[in-house]
Amino acid sequence: MKGILGLTLYELSMAIRNGDVERGEALEAYQSQIVRHDGLLRAFITVDDRPPAPVRGEIHGAPLAIKDNMCTKGLRTTCASRILESYVPPYDSTVVKRLREAGGVILGKANMDEFAMGSSTENSAFFPSRNPWDPERVPGGSSGGSAVAVAARMAVAAMGSDTGGSVRCPAAFCGTVGLKPTYGLLSRFGLVAFANSLEQIGPLTRDVRDCALVMNLVTGMDEMDGTSLDHPKEDYLSYLEGGVKGLRVGVPSEFLGEGTDEGVKKAVWRSVELLEGLGASWREASLPTLKYALPTYYITAMSEASSNLARYDGIRYGTRCEDDGDDWTTSYSRTRGAGFGPEVKRRIILGTFALSAGYYEGYYLKALKVRTLIRRDFERLFRDFDVLVGPTTPTVAFRLGERVSDPLAMYLTDIDTVTINLANIPAISIPCGFVGGMPVGLQIMAPPLREGRILTVAKRVEEGLRLDLRPPMVR
Amino acid sequence: MGLAENDVVIGLEVHCQLTSLRTKLFCGCSSRYRGKEPNSNVCVVCLGHPGSLPKPNRRAIECAVMTGLALKSRVVEQTSFYRKNYFYVDMSKNFQISMYETGSSETICEGGQLEINVGPQRKRIRITRLQLEEDPARLVHIGPIDLSPYTLVDYNRAGMALLEIVTEPDMSSPKEARLFLQKLRSIMEHMGVFDGGLEGAMRCDANISIRGGNRVEIKNISSFKEVEKALYFEISRQRGMHQKGMGVVRETRHWDEIRKVTISLREKEEEHDYRYFPEPDIVPLRISAALVERVAKGMPELPDARAERFAKDYGIPAYDAAVLTGEKPLADFFEASTKIFGDAKTVSNWMMGDLLGVLHDKDFEIKEAKITPETFGGMLQLIKDGKISGKIGKIILPELVVSGKTAEQVVRERDMGRISDRGLLDRVVDEVFEENAAAVEDALTDDNAVNYLIGHVMRKTKGKADPQIVNGTVRERLKRRRGQR
Repeated sequence: MKGILGLTLYELSMAIRNGDVERGEALEAYQSQIVRHDGLLRAFITVDDRPPAPVRGEIHGAPLAIKDNMCTKGLRTTCASRILESYVPPYDSTVVKRLREAGGVILGKANMDEFAMGSSTENSAFFPSRNPWDPERVPGGSSGGSAVAVAARMAVAAMGSDTGGSVRCPAAFCGTVGLKPTYGLLSRFGLVAFANSLEQIGPLTRDVRDCALVMNLVTGMDEMDGTSLDHPKEDYLSYLEGGVKGLRVGVPSEFLGEGTDEGVKKAVWRSVELLEGLGASWREASLPTLKYALPTYYITAMSEASSNLARYDGIRYGTRCEDDGDDWTTSYSRTRGAGFGPEVKRRIILGTFALSAGYYEGYYLKALKVRTLIRRDFERLFRDFDVLVGPTTPTVAFRLGERVSDPLAMYLTDIDTVTINLANIPAISIPCGFVGGMPVGLQIMAPPLREGRILTVAKRVEEGLRLDLRPPMVR
Repeated sequence: MGLAENDVVIGLEVHCQLTSLRTKLFCGCSSRYRGKEPNSNVCVVCLGHPGSLPKPNRRAIECAVMTGLALKSRVVEQTSFYRKNYFYVDMSKNFQISMYETGSSETICEGGQLEINVGPQRKRIRITRLQLEEDPARLVHIGPIDLSPYTLVDYNRAGMALLEIVTEPDMSSPKEARLFLQKLRSIMEHMGVFDGGLEGAMRCDANISIRGGNRVEIKNISSFKEVEKALYFEISRQRGMHQKGMGVVRETRHWDEIRKVTISLREKEEEHDYRYFPEPDIVPLRISAALVERVAKGMPELPDARAERFAKDYGIPAYDAAVLTGEKPLADFFEASTKIFGDAKTVSNWMMGDLLGVLHDKDFEIKEAKITPETFGGMLQLIKDGKISGKIGKIILPELVVSGKTAEQVVRERDMGRISDRGLLDRVVDEVFEENAAAVEDALTDDNAVNYLIGHVMRKTKGKADPQIVNGTVRERLKRRRGQR
C-alpha cells in the first residue's frame, strides 16, 4: 500500500495503464489514508464515497482533491460557507469535467477559507485545516485543504484556485508545487467567483512533472467562459527537458526586503545560485509598483466580491434562514447575516464602500489604473529578464490563531503573490528548502502564456535541490 | 381641472425584448418562455448559480446596432457590459448586466431621433441612448402589488435580451408618449427583431413632471395602451397636488393596471446607488465598421419609407398611409388585401373606416383577429359585384373578424343575401305605399319624400333589397300615379 501512495500522478497513471496497479487498489489506498490522517488534518469538507464512473483516459483511476469552490455535479459544493452548506450543483465546472473525462476520480472536496477569502484556511466556516509538517501550524490558504491533501498523500494531485496567492501560498507552506496560470488559460466556468478579474484555477501537485501533466489535461479554450483565451493547446510535459543555459533571471529586490524571513531569503538565493551553476545569469531587478500591490489587490478583490456574493440570498438555492421574517428585505438580511462569516462580511462591506458613488473613482477606478501600471512594470522587466524569482511568501507557515485577530498581518501573507494576479501573468511556487523544519516556497514568474518556460526552470531547480518532501507523519 | 398640456414634460425609458432571437442574452435558454410552466425555461446561468458565467449573444448585438441605425444613433466602436448592483426579488444575481455611460465607457448606440405624427404635424423626439441588458424574472402577485400576501418568482423570463431605448424629455402629452411607442414598435417590427404582439414584449418607465415640479418615475407600464392611461392619471394627480398647494414628491410610482392608478412604492427617496462597474466576466465588445455596414445593407424597409410608398404607389392619402404603416401586421394586411382585391383605395377606406373600428371595439390586434386578407378581400368583392350592399358589409365585418368565416358563409347563414326578386319587392312597395299615403302624396312633387319611401322599403327588408330595383320600382309607381291624374 505504501508503494502506491509514494507514486506521483504521472507514475500512478502509468502504473494503472500498464496494469501494475488496479484502479480499485489506488482508490482504496487513498481512502485509507484519508481515514488515517484527515481526522487531524481536516483537508476535506466532503468525501465522495460513491463508486467512481469507470472512465478510461490518461489519468484514469487517479484520486484527486478539488477545492470546494469548483462545482461538481451531484456533489455538494460549499465554498466553506454556511450559506452554501447544502448546495449541490447541477453541473460540473469545466476543469472538473475535463479531469473526469481523463479518468480522474474526485475523492472529495477540499477545505478552504470561506469563499477563498483568507491565507490560512482558518476562515473556513466548518473547521481549519492543519499543516502536515506541523499540525500546530496553518497550511496556508485559501486552497489549504488541497495542499494538505497532496502533501499528506490523501490525494495524488489537487486543484485549487488562486485569486491573490491562494494556490501558491498553501503550496509553499505545505511543500508542494502550485501553479497560477495566465489569466484566461484555464476556464473559470464553474469556479465560484470571489474576484473574477483576478482568479485562475491552478494545480497543486507533488512535483513539477505532475503539474505539467495536469496542465495538459485542463487547458484549452472553453466556449462557456467569455474570458477564456483562444490559445493553441501546448504539451507542457515537453518543456521539462529544456535547459536554462543563457536564461536571464531577475531577482526583484522588493521581494527580499524588510519583513522577509532571513531563512526564506537564504533558501531563495540557494536556488538562484543553482540556476547560475546551470548556466543562467541573474541580476537584481526592481518592481517599484510592488508597494501599491496589496491595497490595489484588496480594493479590486473586495469590490468584485461585494457584487459576486450578492446572489446568495437563499431564494433559488443554498441555505435560507429559518426565521426569515415577513418581507424579502428581512429574509435577505437575516439569511446573509447568518450565512456569511466575519471575514466575508468585512470584505463585502469594504467592497460595497469602494464601489459607492463618490468613492468609486478614488478606489476601484484608481485600482484599475494602478493595475495597468503594475502590468507595465512587469512588461518592462520582461524585456530584460526571461523569468523573475523570489519567495512565494515572506515567512514559512505560521501558527494557528497567530494572525486571525489581525487582518492586516494576515493580508501581508499575500504581499509577494497578489501582484502576479494584478498583472495576469503566470507564476509557480515550488519547494526550495526548509526553515525550522517548515517548507519554503520559491516563486518563479514569467510573461503571459510562458507556463512552459516556468516549468523548465522549476524542473531544473527541483532536480538540483533533491528535497525530501514527505512530511514526517507520512514517511 | 383642465389638462392643459403645454407644461407637461415626459421622457420614456422603453424596454423592448428582442423576441426574434432564439436564445436569451447570456445563455442558451430559449427566448420563447411564454406559456411555459413556471421556472422550466432556466439554466445555471440565468438562475445565477454559483460559478456560472455569462456569454453574450452576438445576434443581440446586431439587433441593437440595427435599431441604432434606424433611429439615426451613433454606433460606438467599443462598448462594455457593466454591472448594475441592487437587491430586488426579481434579480437572479442581485445585479443586472447592463451598459453604462461614463467618461470611460459608452453604451452601444448614442443619440438619435424618431419622428412621430401628432395630427398633421411631425414632431421629433430625441433619443438619448440605446443599451442592451438582461430582463429580470417575472413577479406574480395575488391581486394588486401592495395587497398581495406573497410574491411568486418565475425565472423563465430572466435573462431575455432587452434593448433599452432612452428618450430625452421631449414629449408634452400622454398621447405623444403613446404615438412614440407605437412608432418605435412599428420600426422594430419592420426590422424583424421584435414581435410587439407578445405580452410584455414592450414595457416602459415614464418620467413626468408638470409646471416645472419634481419629476416622478412611473414603473411597470406594460404597453402603449397603458402608457397613455398611466400618464393621464399621473397628470391629474400631480395637478391636484399643485392645486392643494402640496408639492409633488420626487419618487418612483408603480402603475397598477388593475385599479388604473399609480401607487407609491414607499421606497426611500434618495438616488439609488447602483455601484456600476465593468462586468469582469465579459471582455469589451468591439463593433467593427464591417459589421455596421453589413447591418445597414440588410436594413429592411422602415415604416416612414413604406408610408411614402403606399401614398405614391397606391394613391391613398398620406394620413391613411401613416396609420396603416403604424403596425407592421396592419401594413402587411393592407398590401395582401390589395393584391387580392385590386383596388387599394377601397381597401384602405374599409380598413381605416371600418376594420380598425371593429378591432378597437374588440380590443384585438390585427394578428389576433381571425380575418385574413382573403376573407376581407372576398367581402369587398361581394360588394363590388352587387351581391351584398355596403351596409351589409359593415354588419357582417365583426363576424369575419371574430370567426374567420368568409363573407359568403356569413351572408348565407344569416340570410342576408340581396333581395332582387321583383315580385317580392313589388309587394313590399305596395305595403309601404299603403302605410304612408301622405308621404306618397308629397313624393309626387318632392324628391326628399321619394327617398323617405325608399328608406322604408329598405328597412322592411333589413337592408337586403337591391336598392337599384327598389329605386326603379318606387319611381315607376309614382310616375304612374302622376299619369293617372
